[in-house]
Amino acid sequence: MKFVAVTSCPTGIAHTYMAAENLEQAGKAAGHDVQVETQGSAGTVPLSDDVIAAADGVIYAADLEVKGKARFAGKPYIDVGVKKAVHDGEGVIAAAVAAVENAPKAGTPEAAAMAAAAPAPSSSGGGTRNVGVGTKVRQWLMTGVSYMIPFVAAGGILIALGFLFGGEGVVYKTYGSASQPGGMWEGVVYPDIAGGLPAKFLSGDFDAVLSAAGFAGILFVLGKISFFLLVPILSGYIAFAIADRPGLVPGIVGGLLAGLLGAGFLGGLVSGFAAGGIAYAMTRLRVPKGVRGIMPVVVIPLVSVTVVGLFMIFVVGKPIAAATTALTNWLNGLSGSTAILLGVILGLMMGFDLGGPINKVAYTFATAGLTTAIAVQSTGQAQPALQIMAAVMAAGMTPPLGMALATAVRRKLWTEAERENGLACWLLGASFITEGAIPFAAAHPLRVIPSTMAGAAVTGGLVMLFGNELRAPHGGIFVLPLVSSPFLYLLAIAIGTVITAALVILLMSLDAKNTEEIAESEDAIEGVAA
Amino acid sequence: MTDLITEDLVILDLVATDKVDAARQLAQKLQAAGRVTDLDGFLADVAAREAQMATGMPGGIGLPHARSDYVTVPSLGLARVPAGVDFGAPDGPATLVFLIAAPTGGGSEHLTILAALARRLVRPAFRQTIIDAPDAAAVASYVQGEVGGQ
Repeated sequence: MKFVAVTSCPTGIAHTYMAAENLEQAGKAAGHDVQVETQGSAGTVPLSDDVIAAADGVIYAADLEVKGKARFAGKPYIDVGVKKAVHDGEGVIAAAVAAVENAPKAGTPEAAAMAAAAPAPSSSGGGTRNVGVGTKVRQWLMTGVSYMIPFVAAGGILIALGFLFGGEGVVYKTYGSASQPGGMWEGVVYPDIAGGLPAKFLSGDFDAVLSAAGFAGILFVLGKISFFLLVPILSGYIAFAIADRPGLVPGIVGGLLAGLLGAGFLGGLVSGFAAGGIAYAMTRLRVPKGVRGIMPVVVIPLVSVTVVGLFMIFVVGKPIAAATTALTNWLNGLSGSTAILLGVILGLMMGFDLGGPINKVAYTFATAGLTTAIAVQSTGQAQPALQIMAAVMAAGMTPPLGMALATAVRRKLWTEAERENGLACWLLGASFITEGAIPFAAAHPLRVIPSTMAGAAVTGGLVMLFGNELRAPHGGIFVLPLVSSPFLYLLAIAIGTVITAALVILLMSLDAKNTEEIAESEDAIEGVAA
Repeated sequence: MTDLITEDLVILDLVATDKVDAARQLAQKLQAAGRVTDLDGFLADVAAREAQMATGMPGGIGLPHARSDYVTVPSLGLARVPAGVDFGAPDGPATLVFLIAAPTGGGSEHLTILAALARRLVRPAFRQTIIDAPDAAAVASYVQGEVGGQ
């Protein structure tokens, strides 16, 4: 561990320095790095901000008021007095180690409270920042997002590879099942692709996948499994950031439920915060000594998972199911209205929750129509259902493409991890994997979601205006040959992409100073995680 | 700059009744060398400091010290006390007594030297070398060399 210490004594010529030497030596002997600021009469050489920032804990071995105490705000500390440091350096170091180990992890409410309780840093102090509630919330979000991003990249690229090697047919070949509701393509029944855990994954019937769709099918299924973990990981690590280890179990289980209930990543945010809050509250409970031992291994996991699980199923899941039904009915009622308006509405839905329940309603609406239209096999005249499918796919491509463009042209607005996710988003967007934008939307929901909705709405409306038709349920640019008027189709996608990128850059820039601050703390989080 | 310590300021075999006596005998050496102008005034400052917190240090060290108006140059009196004298340290009586006398005014240069001395006191090798030194001159030159003074 790394410690910083401040020593001082009344005369400032003996104890101050003996304590400093003793702490350094005792620290070295115990394998810790101790940097001491001697506030003695020989003048004080202040510790550098870098040293303070890197320190795990602070030792005050000072009999005088510590100068510049605000510099150490928020770090775990012990206050022992100079005499103890002179006489028992080992004991002081051991106590400091214990203080760090028992301290709330950075990023928890208690750490925030410690930081808030400390006096505001003077301008000369430098290097310290007051962490507000909004910043805390975003740090929790970013912790979840930073753990989720690799799943997005792995899953998205595997799915895209599945398309690349297997063509659009890989979708219904791997999902096709006569017993499951879904659409039909070239005489094969396939279920809804947008969410849920396909039964084949649970039964582990990979032979069936292999024989139906070959190696491409396996890649595709691997990608879908990675994607299925998106929301649980997001939720789990948000809760982890809030409550440390106890948050992980209710967070992951809650996130899994959010996925199964079709609540999407927004549901995952809800479960993550709920799980983190409950787990954190439980770790703060004062319990009898006899129970304390089984709190972390039995009581907290049991209670927190139960509470979060019931909450997700009954408080979150039921309304979502009702809303989904209502939205679907509403959309069906809209079928007679203006095609362009319908395209705009579907676009708004696709861009809103990026694979969540609203997105799924729009997508299911389109594939259901596609099934009917293909079953009818009428040719020679414009088919609204095929246009709707085209509009929905295009609108689902613009959110990741727009974010990819935004990270490419305004790199400074994003963290390193976000920029890399932006690179992956080119491929994910091109493959109609709307989920690629989730890391951005989860981290900056109020700035990203309006932007993705706007771009997707314009693209959806344009596709309806151009009258493009699509005969495949999925596939992005891999099914471009199946789209009528492909150039106009690409134009519609490009316009939506630019609108999303421009809008999100504008919204992020409005708060650019804050964003930079967040970026710093994110890098710190990633440093810890690495 | 005057040396912090010379062989005149070293007592190789001090016999003292208590820590006040030990400090007084060392202070008399400082006075004899012209480094302390008023023996009783200086000892009162040392006693005042001692009253704040005992200056017995781990490893058998007594470290009476004061910044005083009656000190002309930063000085260190050093005594080996084979029989030991109690300076209030938890781990037993002091067998080495360092009397640090610092002037109240002046620059921080001498304080840096005293800081270096204080840091050395923590190291067992430093103490052992003093204990093993053959004579007062050896003690003085070793300490002076260690703390980096002229």
